Amino acid sequence: MAGSREIRNKIKSVKNTQKITRAMEMVAASKMRKAQERMRKARPYGEKIRNVAAHMSRAYTEYRHPFLIDRDSVKRIGIVVVTSDKGLCGGLNTNVLRMAVNKMKAWEAEGEQIEVSCIGNKGFGFMSRIGANVISHVVSLGDTPDLEKLIGAVKVLLDGYTQDRFDRVYIFYTRFVNTMKQEPVMEQLLPLSDERLKAGDGPKGQRGVWDYIYEPEAKPVIDDIMVRYVEALIYQALTENMASEQSARMVAMKAASDNAGNVINELTLIYNKSRQAAITKELSEIVGGAAAV
Amino acid sequence: MGVFHLDIVSAEESIYSGPAEFLVAPAEAGEVGIYPQHTPMLTRIKPGSVRIKAPLQEEELVYVSGGMLEIQPDVVTILADTAVRGANLDELKAIEAKKRAEEAMKDRSSAIEYARAQAELSEAIAQLAAIQKLRKRGH
Repeated sequence: MAGSREIRNKIKSVKNTQKITRAMEMVAASKMRKAQERMRKARPYGEKIRNVAAHMSRAYTEYRHPFLIDRDSVKRIGIVVVTSDKGLCGGLNTNVLRMAVNKMKAWEAEGEQIEVSCIGNKGFGFMSRIGANVISHVVSLGDTPDLEKLIGAVKVLLDGYTQDRFDRVYIFYTRFVNTMKQEPVMEQLLPLSDERLKAGDGPKGQRGVWDYIYEPEAKPVIDDIMVRYVEALIYQALTENMASEQSARMVAMKAASDNAGNVINELTLIYNKSRQAAITKELSEIVGGAAAV
Repeated sequence: MGVFHLDIVSAEESIYSGPAEFLVAPAEAGEVGIYPQHTPMLTRIKPGSVRIKAPLQEEELVYVSGGMLEIQPDVVTILADTAVRGANLDELKAIEAKKRAEEAMKDRSSAIEYARAQAELSEAIAQLAAIQKLRKRGH
């Protein structure tokens, strides 16, 4: 019964795989809850700093921060691609990278230069493989997004913008809609769009111009707030991406466990059939032998 | 005595949100005390503790590692930093990030070589295994 032993070994190996995928599913589920929590916690900061930036963009007219000025000609584009560090999370990274590559091709066709900043291992590996111009990258972030790790990479981009190396900066990441649905999105980071700031006005926005006292001076304070605002936007994108990653992994691993269950059922059926066939064959041989005697 | 609404938030969490009667914060130009109906002001704050007096409660101390302070007559917001910041520090981090990217670009060829070698190796191993299997059958 060589055939049935092989089938038995196969069943055992599929069962082991199923154990792993099931464990990964549960780990992803608990990490997802934490990631969602972090995403929720990061929101108030994002909202508050947007309010302040919105008030400020109206308050002070003598100094307009470069992040707020829209440029007419767009020749060089900087993009931030947020991906996960690890794989086994379904089509999450593929989808966002495909979107980025399509956009990059379109921009290149228009003769624009593109420089890429990668957050996450998968995107970094992919971008350097396709020969994109990677100017900065942040990898192995772990499960907790750390703003401190982002500062350097973000500053490279922001400096590039203030020094006219880029005319536009976009960010690609996966937005967390719900546990079952995550969608890749592209958003414009710089120049800061007016609609985005207007959303920060809220119902009290009609109050008119804020006339702030700036201490010690207007320019450094405004600069600081703008940098923090962009950082907060990227940080939020990262927290969303991490929540998306965990839920995508959970769904992918659940599908893998279910598939393994199906395979085991089929194999068990084949195994039983072959065993039954062997028994029948043996019996008929005995009966045949007895008849011959 | 009036109150104003106070929010202290950092990128990682909301630290305080609620009404307050009085607030002391370590602004860059020195400590500032804020009562309701303060004139609008924007300033950076240094790392230090923020003292909050909420109505009908004891004074509360909250530590912040620097950030921004926005004051409106009836709303005060502190945007606390989670990381220690400074122009020089940020600059260093940016330089480091750039350097890492450049090194990675230089290493790219070697990484591709490595991947190719690995692929060839696994192919060779598979071929060897196949040959061995064939030999066993032959015997």
